[in-house]
Amino acid sequence: MRSETFILIPGRSTDQGTSVGDKSSAQYQEVTRRLRVNPADLARLGLRAGDRVRLRTGSAEIEVTCLSAGDELPSGMLFIAYGPESSRLLGGETHGTGMPDSKGFQVELIVPDPAADAGPAPPAFRA
Amino acid sequence: MEATAAARVVEHATCTFCGCVCDDIDLTVEGNRITKAKNACVLGKAWFLDHQPEDRRPEALVGGEPATTAAAVEEAARVLATARYPVVYGLSDTTAEAQRVAVEIADRLGACLDTTTSVCHGPSGIAFQEVGEPTCTLGEIKNRADMVIFWGGNPAESHPRHFTKYSVTPKGTYIPNGRKDRYVVLVDVRRTLSARAADLFLQVKPGKDFEVLWALRGLVKGVAIDPAIEAETGIPLATLEALVERMKRARFGVFLFGMGLSMTRGKHYNAAAILTLARDLNQFTRFLAKPMRGHGNVTGADNVVSWSTGYPFGINLGRGYPRFNPGEFTTVDLLVRGEADAALIISADPAANFPQAAIEHLRRIPTVVLDPALSATARIARVAFTTATYGINVAGTVYRMDDVPIRLRPAVPSRYPSDEDVLRAIARRIRELREAPVPASADARAAG
Amino acid sequence: MLRVVNGRVYDPANGVDGEVRTLAIRDGRIVAEAELGRNAPTLDARGLLVLPGGVDLHSHIAGPKVNAARKLRPEDHRRAPPVPRTPTTRSGVMGSTPSTFATGYSYARLGYTTVFDAAVPPLGARHAHEELHDTPVIDKGFFVLMGNNEYVLRCLGKGEREKLRHFVAWLLGAAKGYAVKLVNPGGVEVWKQGGGNVKGLDDVVAPHGVTPRQIIVGLTQAVAELGIPHPAHVHANNLGIAGNWATTLETMRAIEGRRAHFAHVQFHSYGGEPGAQPSSRVRELIDYVDGHPNISVDVGQVVFGDTTSMTGDGPLGYFLHNVTGHKWFNGDVEMEEGCGIVPIRYKPGSRVHATQWAIGLEWLLLAKDPWRVVLSTDHPNGGSFLAYPQIVRLLMDREYRKQTMRAVNSKALAKTTLPELDREYSLSEVVIVTRAAPARLLGLSRKGHLGVGADADVAILSPGPDWQQVFEAPRYVIKDGAVLVDDGEVRGDHEGRTYHVEPPWDPAILPELRKWFADFYTIEFENYPVDPEYLARPERIATVTG
Repeated sequence: MRSETFILIPGRSTDQGTSVGDKSSAQYQEVTRRLRVNPADLARLGLRAGDRVRLRTGSAEIEVTCLSAGDELPSGMLFIAYGPESSRLLGGETHGTGMPDSKGFQVELIVPDPAADAGPAPPAFRA
Repeated sequence: MEATAAARVVEHATCTFCGCVCDDIDLTVEGNRITKAKNACVLGKAWFLDHQPEDRRPEALVGGEPATTAAAVEEAARVLATARYPVVYGLSDTTAEAQRVAVEIADRLGACLDTTTSVCHGPSGIAFQEVGEPTCTLGEIKNRADMVIFWGGNPAESHPRHFTKYSVTPKGTYIPNGRKDRYVVLVDVRRTLSARAADLFLQVKPGKDFEVLWALRGLVKGVAIDPAIEAETGIPLATLEALVERMKRARFGVFLFGMGLSMTRGKHYNAAAILTLARDLNQFTRFLAKPMRGHGNVTGADNVVSWSTGYPFGINLGRGYPRFNPGEFTTVDLLVRGEADAALIISADPAANFPQAAIEHLRRIPTVVLDPALSATARIARVAFTTATYGINVAGTVYRMDDVPIRLRPAVPSRYPSDEDVLRAIARRIRELREAPVPASADARAAG
Repeated sequence: MLRVVNGRVYDPANGVDGEVRTLAIRDGRIVAEAELGRNAPTLDARGLLVLPGGVDLHSHIAGPKVNAARKLRPEDHRRAPPVPRTPTTRSGVMGSTPSTFATGYSYARLGYTTVFDAAVPPLGARHAHEELHDTPVIDKGFFVLMGNNEYVLRCLGKGEREKLRHFVAWLLGAAKGYAVKLVNPGGVEVWKQGGGNVKGLDDVVAPHGVTPRQIIVGLTQAVAELGIPHPAHVHANNLGIAGNWATTLETMRAIEGRRAHFAHVQFHSYGGEPGAQPSSRVRELIDYVDGHPNISVDVGQVVFGDTTSMTGDGPLGYFLHNVTGHKWFNGDVEMEEGCGIVPIRYKPGSRVHATQWAIGLEWLLLAKDPWRVVLSTDHPNGGSFLAYPQIVRLLMDREYRKQTMRAVNSKALAKTTLPELDREYSLSEVVIVTRAAPARLLGLSRKGHLGVGADADVAILSPGPDWQQVFEAPRYVIKDGAVLVDDGEVRGDHEGRTYHVEPPWDPAILPELRKWFADFYTIEFENYPVDPEYLARPERIATVTG
C-alpha cells in the first residue's frame, strides 16, 4: 500500500448537475465517485483510468475510481464532483465563518496493494 | 387506441436549477410530463425533462412510515414547538413566498435561522458586510462589459448559459459585436472547460488566490511587487502587470467570482480582496464584481432573511430578536458542536453534503424535512414531507443571482402541497401549541 | 366603531385648531357623529392632542437598495435596541436601515401611518412589493425611477413625446408604482458609461443626445398630461456639491410652471465653489419657491449621528465613499438606474455637516407656505425617521434650538441665517408639514386630515413641556379605526394598503417595447410587469387627464 498527499478540489460538473435530480441513480453514484488525477501523477503511482483508490482525511476514508484529468489539473491536485462521498471528507471546523474548508484541502491518496485489493479490477489493469 | 393528450406550451417559463434563473424557457407539456424545454441548457433540460411526477410516493413520512400531510403537520409542529434550540435551515430551492413563512416560523420558535448561503457564498456575504460591493445586474454586463474576469469558478459546467446570455457572447448597447468586443479572463486552479471561453487563462496555485488578488491591488495602486510572487502563486509578475494595465484600460470590467474563493482557506478574506480590487479600479474606470450564486433561489433566501431580520444568514432568534454570528449560529457549527436539538430543513440536503460530524448530530435529533425528492436528509427525518417542485409545479418568486426577482410559471400540477402550504400549516399549528402549552405526555413522546 | 371624545383636535386641512371635538369612526373612516350608534365604544382623550396620522412622502423603506443597505450594516443593527417579537408582532432590528417589520411598527409608534419609498427601479419593483407586504401597519407605496431609463432617454432624444407619455404610463402600471421619480437625471447614465457625471442641465448625455433639462421637462410634462396625482418627484443634479443652488434654481425655472416636487432640497441649496466649503443659499431658493405655487419641496433634514446614505444617484454614492473612506455598495440596474450606499456620520463639529443641518432648518423656518415645504429626513440619508420628534422640537421650541446650536460648529452657523431666526412652529403648522401637506402633495384625499370621509388614521398625543417626548410617545395610534398602538406598545398586526396608479396607455407601443426588451434586457418582456397579487391590500388612485 502506498500513499501520497494531494490537494483535493470538489466542484460541480455537468454530469453531476444532470444527475443530481435523482441522487439514488446509478449515474449520480458513479459520477460522484470519479476522481480526476493529473496523468503524470497517475503514471508515477502506477495507476490507470478505472483503477480504484482511496482518499483519506481526518474525517473519513472513501473509495473512488481514477480518471485521467488530461491538462485540467497540475501535478499534486485532484478533482471530484460534489456529492455525499466528497462531503464525507470535510472537517467540521469553519474558522468562525459557517463554511467548512470545502475546496483545496489536503487528502491522502491511498493506492491499495494489488493482492489486498478485493475490488473487481482485472489484473491486466495493473500492468 | 392510445389517447395522446394534446401538447401545450408554457412560454417564458423560468428554470430554477442554477443562479442564472433563465426565464426564457418554452416548455412543451404532454399530459403531466414536460417533453421539451426550448432554450434550456443541459442542466435545465435535465431539471425539466427528468422531473418525475412521483405520484406513488406517500405525501409524508413520520418515523419512516407513510402518513397524511395533516398527521405529519401535527408531528412536525410538536417536534418544533417542544424543541429548546431548533434550527431552520435550507431555503435555497424554494419560493420567496415559502421562505417568508419559514422565517416567520423561526421567529415564532426563537430558533436559529440559516440558509445554504452559509455553505456556498456565506463568506462572500461576510466580505460584503466588511467592504461593500460595487456591482450591477447581469444586463449591465451584457450591455457594457468589455472585460470579464471569471475567478475561482467554472461557469461552463455550473452556469452553462451565463456565457451566452449574460457575460461572454451577447451583444448589448455598448457591445455591438458581442464576443469580439470583450476580453475574457479565467483565473482558477484548474484548467476547466471554462478556460476554452477565455482569451487568457491564469492557473493559480491552490490556496493562493488572496496573494494574487492582493498583488493586483498593489499594482493598481502603484506599489512595487516582489517578482517572487510567481514562485508563490504560479503567475509571473509580468502577467499580473499586463493584466492590471488591461483592467485600467477597460471601459467596463467585471469580476464574476465563484466558490473557489469562498470555500477555500481564506474564505471571506479572498472575497473581500476581490471586492476591494474591483472597488479600487473605479479610480480608473468602471469595475464591478459579483459572486456567482449557485442554487435557483439562494439569492432570494438572502433577501428575505435580510429584510426580515437585518442579517443574511447565521441568525439566532432565541432572545426574541435577531442576532447574527457566523461560526456560532451557522448550521454546520450548530450541528458539529451538538447544540441544535431539532431542525426544520427546507429544500436542502445537509445529510448528503455536510461534514460527517454534522451529519452524525443530524441523525440524533428529530428533524422535519420538506423536499420534492426522498433525499438523504429526508430518509433520516422524523417527519418528511413530499412537496411540489418550485418552478415546475409551484408558482412564486425567485431572485436571480443579481437580486432581480422573477415570477415562476409552473407547467404541470402536482398532487403534493407546496413548501409554502406545508409551512403555513406548521406555522398555524405551532402558534396553537405555543398558546396552549403541549401536554406532558407529548413531551415524553418527544424524548422517546 | 369608535368615538374619540374630549380631545383637542388639530386638523388644519379643515380649519380646526385645537378645539375640543368628538371624532366619530366607523368602518375605518371618519364619519359624522350621527352615524355612530349610541353604543359605540368611547375613547376618552381628555387633555390629549388629536392629530391625523403622519404622512412621510419621501423615505427609503423597501426594495433592492434598502435591502442591500441592511446587508451592508450589521454593526448598525447591533448598536441599536432590538425589536423583540410579541405574541402578535414579529421581531426585527433597528439602526438606520431597520428590518421590514420593525420599520412598520416603528413608524406606527411615532404616529406615522402612511409612508412612501421614494426610489424603486422598475426591475426591482416586484422585490419592493414583497418587502412592503412584510411592512406592517402603515399604508405605503413607492415612486418609480425614470430619470435615467434608457427608453425615456431614447424617446426624448428622438423627440417622441407622445410615445414617452405612453411609456411612462405603461411603466408605472408595470411596476405598480405611485409616482414618477427622477434621480440625477442623465447623470447616473453618464456614471454607468464611464464613471463620470453631468455637471449641469445642458450637458449632453450620449448616445441619446439628451440633456438633463430635456429629461426634466419631458417627464414633468408627461406626468402632468397623464394626470398622475403626485407631480414628478425630482432629485436634481449635483446633489451635495457646493454651488449646486444654481442648478436647483435653474431646474425650478426649467419646468416653466409645470408641477414638480423637489426632494431633500437641503442637499441642493449650497453656495460656494465645487470642492470647497458649502454655504447656505436657502434664501434665494425660498424666494423662488414662495412665488411659484407649482413647486413643492421636502427638506431632507440632517440629524447629527450615524446613518446610511442610500441613493439611486450612483455617482453620489462613489463621491461619498471617497469623501468618507467608508465601505461602499454600488448597484447599477440594466437600462434603468443606479444605486449607491455608504455609511455616514453627521458630526455637529463638522463645518460641512453643521451647514447642512442649519440649511434644513432654514428651509422649514423661512418658508412662507408650509403646505409646500414639508418635513423629511430623506430617511435614512439625512437621518432616521426616528428623529422626526426631535426635529419637531427644534421647530417648536426656540430655546431648545438655541441650546442645541451651542454644540454645533459656530463658524458654520454664523454663515447661515439660523441664529437670527426666532420663529416657532405652532402645533397646527407641525401638523401641516408632517401630515396635511404631504398628503395633499401626494394627492391622497383621505389622508392628512380628520374630516368626514378621511381614513381613521389618528395620532393621539399627551401634551408636555418637551415636544420631542410628546411626539416620540403617542398615547394612542389609531389605524383604519383600530387602536393599534397603546402607550408605545404595538397591539396587533395590521396590513396596510398599497397605493398605486395605472394611467391608460396605447398598446401600439408594445411591439417596439418587446424588441427593446429582447435586445437589451436579460429578463423576458412578459415576465417584467408585476402581477396584481404581489400587492398587499392594493388601492388604485385614479389619474385625472384633462
